[in-house]
Order: sequence, then structure tokens, then C-alpha cells
Amino acid sequence: MKIVRTKPELCIGCRACEETCSKVLHKDTNNEKSAIIITEKENSTFDINVCNQCGECIPICPVEAIYRAKNGTVMINKDKCVHCYACVGFCPNLSMRYQKDVTGPFKCISCGACTRECPTGAIFMEEVQG
Amino acid sequence: MSCKCKKSEDINVKDLRKSHKKIAEFSFEPKEIYRGYADRTLYINLSSNEVKIKPVPEDMKDKFTGGRGYGIKYLWDATKPGTKWNDPENEIIIAQGPIGGITQYPGAGKSYVATISPLTDIAIDSNVGGYFGPLCKFSGFDALEIQGKAGNDVIVFIDGDNNKVVIEEAPEECVNSHILAELLTKMYADSDADDDLRSVSVVSAGQAAENTRIGMLNFSYYDVRRKQCKLKQAGRGGIGTVFRDKKIKALVVKKSNIKGDLNNPADLDKVIKTGIKLHKEIHDNDDKQCRMRVFGTTQLVDAMNAHDLLPVKNFQYGSHPEGNKLGKEAFINLFEHGLPDGCWYGCTLACAHAVPGFELKTGPYKGEKVLVDGPEYETLAGCGSNCGIFDAEKVVECNFYCDTYGIDTISFGTLCAFVMECYERGILNKEITGGLELNFGNWEAQMEMLHQMARGEGFGMVAGQGVHRMKKLFIEQYGADAKLLQDIGMEAKGLEYSEYVSKESLAQQGGYGTTNKGPQHDENWLIFLDMIRNLMPTFEDKAEALYYFPLFRTWFSIAGLCKLPWNDIEPADNHKQAEPAKVPEHVQNYVDLFTAVTGKPFSKEELLRQSERVYNLQKVLSLKLGKGTRKFDAIPYRSVGPVTVEEYESRQDRYDKQLKEILGINPEGMSTEEKMAALRKYREERYETLLDTVYKRRGWTQNGVPTIEKLEELGIAYPDVVEEVKKHL
Repeated sequence: MKIVRTKPELCIGCRACEETCSKVLHKDTNNEKSAIIITEKENSTFDINVCNQCGECIPICPVEAIYRAKNGTVMINKDKCVHCYACVGFCPNLSMRYQKDVTGPFKCISCGACTRECPTGAIFMEEVQG
Repeated sequence: MSCKCKKSEDINVKDLRKSHKKIAEFSFEPKEIYRGYADRTLYINLSSNEVKIKPVPEDMKDKFTGGRGYGIKYLWDATKPGTKWNDPENEIIIAQGPIGGITQYPGAGKSYVATISPLTDIAIDSNVGGYFGPLCKFSGFDALEIQGKAGNDVIVFIDGDNNKVVIEEAPEECVNSHILAELLTKMYADSDADDDLRSVSVVSAGQAAENTRIGMLNFSYYDVRRKQCKLKQAGRGGIGTVFRDKKIKALVVKKSNIKGDLNNPADLDKVIKTGIKLHKEIHDNDDKQCRMRVFGTTQLVDAMNAHDLLPVKNFQYGSHPEGNKLGKEAFINLFEHGLPDGCWYGCTLACAHAVPGFELKTGPYKGEKVLVDGPEYETLAGCGSNCGIFDAEKVVECNFYCDTYGIDTISFGTLCAFVMECYERGILNKEITGGLELNFGNWEAQMEMLHQMARGEGFGMVAGQGVHRMKKLFIEQYGADAKLLQDIGMEAKGLEYSEYVSKESLAQQGGYGTTNKGPQHDENWLIFLDMIRNLMPTFEDKAEALYYFPLFRTWFSIAGLCKLPWNDIEPADNHKQAEPAKVPEHVQNYVDLFTAVTGKPFSKEELLRQSERVYNLQKVLSLKLGKGTRKFDAIPYRSVGPVTVEEYESRQDRYDKQLKEILGINPEGMSTEEKMAALRKYREERYETLLDTVYKRRGWTQNGVPTIEKLEELGIAYPDVVEEVKKHL
């Protein structure tokens, strides 16, 4: 499966990835609605947090709304989701998202749009063993 | 009656539905929940088949909040002095609180059930998980109020999708819950798809609920992973007995498309953030703390055994070398792990574990492989160690049959332990028990007695009356020593004790004795604070705890929450807080949640006050129904100290030390009987002093009656409440 990989040392904090992700997922340019999150650290370096598709959220979901798609990406069936946000609290990587203007949890769907916008190669798609 | 029902997969559901005869149908206007409330109750009278919607008056909402508060208020209105459990005017009320039904905060799926108990003749309240309460609420009702008695067995179907209620006579289905819940879930779901099956929940009892006073209710939910129904129990006080006396075979609710905003809270963002915070805390800390997600409450067996608190052989002793055979190690292999075992959406504490594929060795379903919900700690201690049975699989089987037959494992365990002690002391014999050799440890006899309760025959019918009535019977008919039976019969107010040895904790003795409903630990669990950590050395300290904790714990039942996520998981820094026993951060979570859902200003003080109104009304209801005064707070000496020479001598060092250090009595040269008498005098006086202090703190008279001033202070000095209290002042 393909996942978003990161090289935080290359990140310049332009947040183009956040804006793109918000557009793709929610048709909005609100960076708070992005599944990939850039956090500035003290010495002008940046953390990049994005889902690694580990799937630990899948057995947490009480209604089997979270599943691994055929291509290996972990997806959420919004019709089934009951908005308990257990997956947000139980994500070991803190990459399952809640944002108050979005109904239900959301996450990276490995579409790659953010990596295409990154000017420095700090994020890129990589094939990994699922 | 003997029952050998077919497994649900062998039954043609459509054919069976045809056997139903519709006797009433009622359509209602849909109503969305607003800030946690529908502000209406569904009232059903099974004598007249009247179905109506009752608006909840604003004053009732303000004063009694919801859940148990509504249950007690409706019981107050429905009953008169002398109303008995099997009178038609008695009601079963199933209510949620305003927070109940949210999917984001763990433990928000509870229903609170209230009725007049066939064991105590006063109000009983019992809390239960499963989906029925939330689905009923989202169908548009804060409470379901059932009065009257049906002529024939009926099913009440609340169709929240199509806004109608149907009462159907249902003559053919088996009443035993593991079959009935599965069957009715399939019968009333829109299809066999998982999402439709989980939109249905069933309330049912079982055969033994009809023949005993210890009947309970199972509340179901469909588990999409196990592809079958799980059952949670409203166990205490014989509610299932009332249910079957009303000829209710089942209550069924259907409500589809459950989402996280159906409670329509004032501040959904706050609800979600508070929920996520606790999910994360459980994720980070449960493995280091109680491991509820792995072992559920079974881990308590080991802890209680280690601290001499696990009831062994009718509460004579507090530990046993084989006690841990019933503890968590046994359930590493028996439980199915890694499943999201919450009994409502979003409960990540996930303690509702189950034993899959369990092959039954006795009874009508012998040889079948079944899913067994639980066992919980109370069942392991009650049906296991308290009866001298130290084999986890044997308790699992007992648990299964108690559940499907619809009886309470706590009352069953405690009454079985009592019967076994009576048998060993020669009060009972094989002639009286019809051949059952009810020695401690005889699991086969225990199971046969249970099957007799279901069949309605033999000694099981005697035992099913409960400890209180057995004591009277054994004294009157078999010449038993009344004083001994009073000491060893572990009941108060008519309700069997739950499963903790309270001998070394005066606060817990008071906690059991001063409960409204009878000795159940949901109101108080003070043993560790009192006995192990000695945090309440004076009577005033204990009275303060017996003021605060019952009210704090009552609040879960009126707001619509489970207690376990309060202190079975704690913030990592909780021990650094000023009052860690209260888990201050979680109390703040509840304050935040109440405001976030209802939009009303709220505080820790108002939380207690909400509870205090309900608590005091329940107390006055006990007075109205013939109990409620000080003499009914008396407890058996077995819960206070050693009744027998063997008990004393088994912990002789402890008791001798107390005589010497506390009473200044030199035990050397004294007989065990003399030492027991001195210890007993001291302990019984202490209990009475505790009652004096607790009543004072609660604003009650020394006879345990709320004063008019207290009722006025709480805003519940209604004329009929005052009139009842005045009779006792």
C-alpha cells in the first residue's frame, strides 16, 4: 500500500499540504480541517503528523465503520459511523482527526494530493508492505 | 413448566410473528431531543391497553433531572401506602438521563429501572447497559412508564422509525432470554443486515423470574462482530419478577441511523472534546491501572481475595487459597479479547466481556455451545467463592443460566450461600431440600436448585423467595435458631447483600445499612478508603463520606451515565490531587458534560443537590410504603463481625489485637465466646453511633426521617411529601 512518508527536516512550514488536504477532504481551505498537520517547534523546525495506515483504529470502532480498503488504505464509512470518536482517542500516532465543523472523525486517505503540493519533498508517497 | 426451546436459528421468524395478535396500536408525533431531553414520557397501561404520551412537567424536570429521578417520581405518584409489588398500580419505569445516549463519552448508554420490589416492598432501582434506553430516548421519550397487568403474555413494540407503539399478544416464544432476545431482534429488524439488527434492542426476563422474587431484566444489543445479541442485566431487587407478573414477555424498540448529535446538546464540541480526552486517557492508562479492557471486573476477585474482602462461604471469611482461580488469570483464556466490548457506542472502557462457544454441562440446553456475557466480579464472588465453588467455568455456567432464566446473580449467589450454611449447620437436610445436598462447594446441587427455580418446582421455589423470607420459614417450620439466622442471613430491608466482606470497615457497614434500596454497593464503596488507607478515622469523617459518596454516585443514575469510567480509570496525576478518591478531574468532566448537553449552568455543588432531591424523595417513598425508619437500617451481624467461633478463631490475631489495643481488654485467659461477646458489644455500639452521625449529616432525625426543613431546603416540600414525613416526626 502507498502511504504518506515524511522528512520533517525538509519542511519549511508553508502549509500548502494542509490547505490541499482540506480542499480534497472537505472542499474548504481551512487548514484546521486537514488530515495532515504541521506543527512549528521552538527552533523553527516542524513536526509533520499524518496517518501511517497502521489500522489500530479498525478494531476500536464499535460499528465496523473503519476498514482497510483493497489498496491498503484505512478508510471510514461515514454512513455507519456513530461519531463516538473512540478512534481519535485510541490512535497511537494521534493522526485521527476531529474538527468541530466536520461531522465525524476523518483521516488521511493516502490520495497523495498533499505530496504533489510540497515544494521541498518533505512529504512523499511510498509503497510499504501492508 | 418445562421448557426446551429451539435455538433461534431453527425457528421460522415469519411464522412465529403470525402467531402474534395485535391488541393495541398507537401512533405518535415524532419529537427530536433538545438539549438532552424529549420532555415526554411514553405511558402504557397493560390492564386497559391505554397508550399515551405524558409531557414531563417543567418542575419535575428541574427537581428530579431524569433517569432514576423520574422513576422515583413516577412511583411516588403511582403508589399509595400499602401498594405491593404485584398490585396493578405498581409500575416499571425505564428512564434515561439527559446525558444518556451521547456516543462520545464512555458509559453513556445506561438505562435506570425502578419498581416496587417483591423482595423489599419498597422502591428498587437498578442500572443496566445495552441499547434499549438510548434507542427509546431517540424514539422521542425520556422515560417509559408501564402500569397495569396484561391478561396474556404480551410484547410491547416501540417503533421509533415509524412513530408507533404496538401491543401484541405473543403466546409462543420461549421466555428465556438468550433465545428470546435473538429471536425478537431478527423479528423486528428491517432486515438481517448488521446495521438493521443493531437498531433493535429487547428487554426480557426468563422462566425463573416467574417463579421467584429475584427476577431480573436482560437488555440486549446486537454485536456486529460476534453476529449475535449480548445481554446486560438490570439485576437487583426482583424487577424481572414484576415484569413477568405483568405478563410482559418482552419490550422491543427499533430506532435506526444513530448518530452522535441525536441528543442535540447545547455544545456538541465540548461533549466531543471531553469524550476524546477520556478515550485517550483510557488508551494511555488502562493497561497500567485496572485493565478493564482486558479483564473487566474479574480483576476485582484477586484484589478482594488479597485484602480479605472476598466473601467465602456465606461471608464467613474474606479470602481463600483457591480464590484466585476465579480471578483474572482464569479469564485470560476464557474471554474473547480485542473486541470493542462497550455496551453502548463509544464506551472504550469496554468491560462487557464474554465467554464464547461455552459448552453447557447441565440443564435444558446441555451440550449446546453458547455465548455467556460476563461473568462480572459480583457473580464470581456470589455464585463462586461465597458458595465455596472455586472453578471459573462452573461459575460461567451458573452465570449463563441465571441470565437466560432472568434472575439476579447477586441475590442468587447470596441466598445460595445462606442455604448452604443452613444445610451444613443442620438447619436444612436432604428431606427438606428434596434430596439436594447443598454443602458448600456442591456445584451440581447449586445448579439443580437453579434449574428448579426455572421449572417452578422443589426446593428452588423456597430458595427463590430470598433470604428474608427463608429466615422466617426456617424459624417457623424447621425450628431454626432465630438469632443465628438473623446473624448469618445476609440481607437487609429484604435485599440480599452484594459481594463484599464489610467486617473491618465500619463505613462500608454504614454504606450497606443506610442505602435506600438495600445493601447494594453502587451507593457506597468505601472499604479501601476506610479500612486500607484509614482516611476517615472519626465518625464525622465517615458520616461525611456517607453523605458525599451516596449522593455523588446517585448522580450517575439521574444524569444517565455509568459509574465505572469515574474511578475504574483515572488521570495519570490523580494521586497528586487534594482528594484523589473523588477523582476531581472526572468530576469536572461531569460538570462540563451536564452544561454542554443541557446548556444549564452547573457546578459540583448543584450535582450533589440534584441527587439529594431524588435521594430524599426515595427515602420518603420508603416511609410511605412502610419502611424507611431507623430500624430498617439494621444489618446482620455477619456484616459487622465474627458470628461464630470458627470465624473469630480464623482471624484471632486481628480480633485479639483489637480487644487489647482499642478496648483495653486483655484477651488472655478469655474464652473465644467471651472475646466474641466483648467485640460484638463494641462493634454494634459503633454502628449505632455511626447511624446517629450519618442521619445528622444528612439532615434527618435520629429515626432516619428527613426533616421538613431539609425538604424545604431541597425544594421538594410538596404537600403529600410533607404529610408523609409528618407521620414519622
